[in-house]
Amino acid sequence: MNGTGGNVGRAIALLRTMRRIRAFEEAALAGHAAGEIPGPLHVSIGQEAVAAGVCAALRHDDRITSNHRGHGHALAKGAKPAPMMHELYGRAGGYCGGKGGSMHIADFSVGMLGANGVVAGGIPIAVGAAQGLRLLGSDAIVACFFGDGAINRGPFLEGLNWAALFRLPVLFVCEDNGVAAFTRAESVTAGGGVAARAEAIGVPARMVDGNDALAVLDAAEALVAEIRRGGGPRLLHARTFRLMGHTSTDPAAWRDASEVAAARAREPIARLEAWLAANGIEAAALAAIAAEAEAEMAAARREALAAPWPDPSSAYADVQDIGAHIPMLAP
Amino acid sequence: MIEALRRAAEQEMLRDPRVWVLGEDVARGGLFGQYRGFLERFGPERVVSTPISESTIMGAGLGAALVGTRPIIEMRIFDFAMCAMDELVNQIAKVRYMFGGQGRASVVVRMPHGIWRNSAAQHSQMLEAWFAHLPGVVVVAPSTPADAAGLLVAAIRSDDPVLFFDPKDLFGETGEVADPIGPIPFGTARRVRHGEAVTVVTWSAAAREVARAAEALASEGIEADVLDLRTIWPWDEEAVVASLARTRRLLVVHEAVEVGGFGAEVVARVVSRLGPGALRAVRRLGAPRVPVPFSPPLEAALRVTEEKVAAALRAVAAV
Repeated sequence: MNGTGGNVGRAIALLRTMRRIRAFEEAALAGHAAGEIPGPLHVSIGQEAVAAGVCAALRHDDRITSNHRGHGHALAKGAKPAPMMHELYGRAGGYCGGKGGSMHIADFSVGMLGANGVVAGGIPIAVGAAQGLRLLGSDAIVACFFGDGAINRGPFLEGLNWAALFRLPVLFVCEDNGVAAFTRAESVTAGGGVAARAEAIGVPARMVDGNDALAVLDAAEALVAEIRRGGGPRLLHARTFRLMGHTSTDPAAWRDASEVAAARAREPIARLEAWLAANGIEAAALAAIAAEAEAEMAAARREALAAPWPDPSSAYADVQDIGAHIPMLAP
Repeated sequence: MIEALRRAAEQEMLRDPRVWVLGEDVARGGLFGQYRGFLERFGPERVVSTPISESTIMGAGLGAALVGTRPIIEMRIFDFAMCAMDELVNQIAKVRYMFGGQGRASVVVRMPHGIWRNSAAQHSQMLEAWFAHLPGVVVVAPSTPADAAGLLVAAIRSDDPVLFFDPKDLFGETGEVADPIGPIPFGTARRVRHGEAVTVVTWSAAAREVARAAEALASEGIEADVLDLRTIWPWDEEAVVASLARTRRLLVVHEAVEVGGFGAEVVARVVSRLGPGALRAVRRLGAPRVPVPFSPPLEAALRVTEEKVAAALRAVAAV
């Protein structure tokens, strides 16, 4: 771990965020396995350093857009675990009142403009949010999380060109876990990959070890500073590894066991804990951070499971105001 | 009409600094001149000529709405919006609902539609029925300068996303437009002419053909009661039902393909509401289920014309 510019305090804050993301998703996996959480569930276990490092470089009024694997982005930006877990459980009290679920977590109050069920769906929204913020006279920026699969969709190329053209304050974050659903990204991606594409369009790109939380934070801080100075968009290519399958029910059995074992040895939480241990933090303190996160998320799960279902009439709310009186919309 | 639309957007941009426009060539006045002079008046931050990137024009409009601006998203012509269906159908129409009311897609998506100057299959479509089928959006399809202007004002002020289908072939139509332009409420039909023989329901470009046919048939003693819906979601079911109480004969006319068109919805609603025996005649008139061809005689063969409307009117009136 290079740790340049890193210090123990920053590392502890990152570890706390990553532990909370890990504990949230492990609790969600348990809830899904128990039949408590319906629908698809995409977890980011193994990728926590990217969400934690990037969001630690952002201000409260900066915005983010996210993808289908977005629990970590939301938590790192400041969303609360209880309403997130309620949403996963489809219960009243969820961030979206149970209408969105895991793939559509949003908390506009912390600048989290929504996870997205469509790959690359958040990219045009992010550049537009940046353009709107500039029109309103704000100096807030937008961080846009997407995966390696998204770089083969048109909106990626359109969005980068657009952001560069209008010099918009956007940090594109490619969270490269090497797999697009069930397919190795390298087998479906021609050329030099995300950074080469960004550079070709005129968006300066930087690569970072996405399993090194302090390195991600350092890189994100540098890029955010450039963006906030008016330098236009930047792209951060963070290489990481998805330790689990595409969804909670996908064992990803096609992967070689030795590959996964090697990846586990590089996983970001253990690495950060090792760095902290080497910098004088006692094992008991690290264990306490983990235990605190697990207790918080276990409580969120208990609360969500005990929470009431949404009133069925709420299925008819928030569609549109105009024409809402029309009988065929009503129960 | 194009000047009425230009004035409506200009008036609203003067009224609300959060309103801005993005799309191809808008800083040059737009393809049809509907934004002429806007760049000079409002500057490049609010009149943004974009790359030919329909997904991002649509999606960026949404993103900008989510942080509090009110974009007019110009699609140049409707057919190009096909390149932005994810952003329109999966994102704009759903953000408010999916996020439990946290965000609003307060955008106007302008999509000039319909047959215009032999532009062939990819520049002539009317698919407004698709969007009446899509929860979350308002669907506007006016036919006169005053309606177009008043509905555009209402659309820009709307917190709901509005899909505004500018009628390309009617851009040259003339008519009185108020100053200032007041908003026209969505879901209110305009009575084009009063009659007792047949209720004719129409919108957008077909409304002109219907108006001409109805005038011509009045000299034959067939007095049609013509309603221009102006907006197809919501649509003015009450006005249609009230007219049918007098005429008991219904003809729905639209330029779009008849099969699966919004006319089917109008017929199904009124028949289910009034009962199967309440009407003496029910008929739809739209285009055959064929792409729009290029060559003038081919295009004309498929088009809903004054003559076809007149023939349908006579047939319905004779029942």
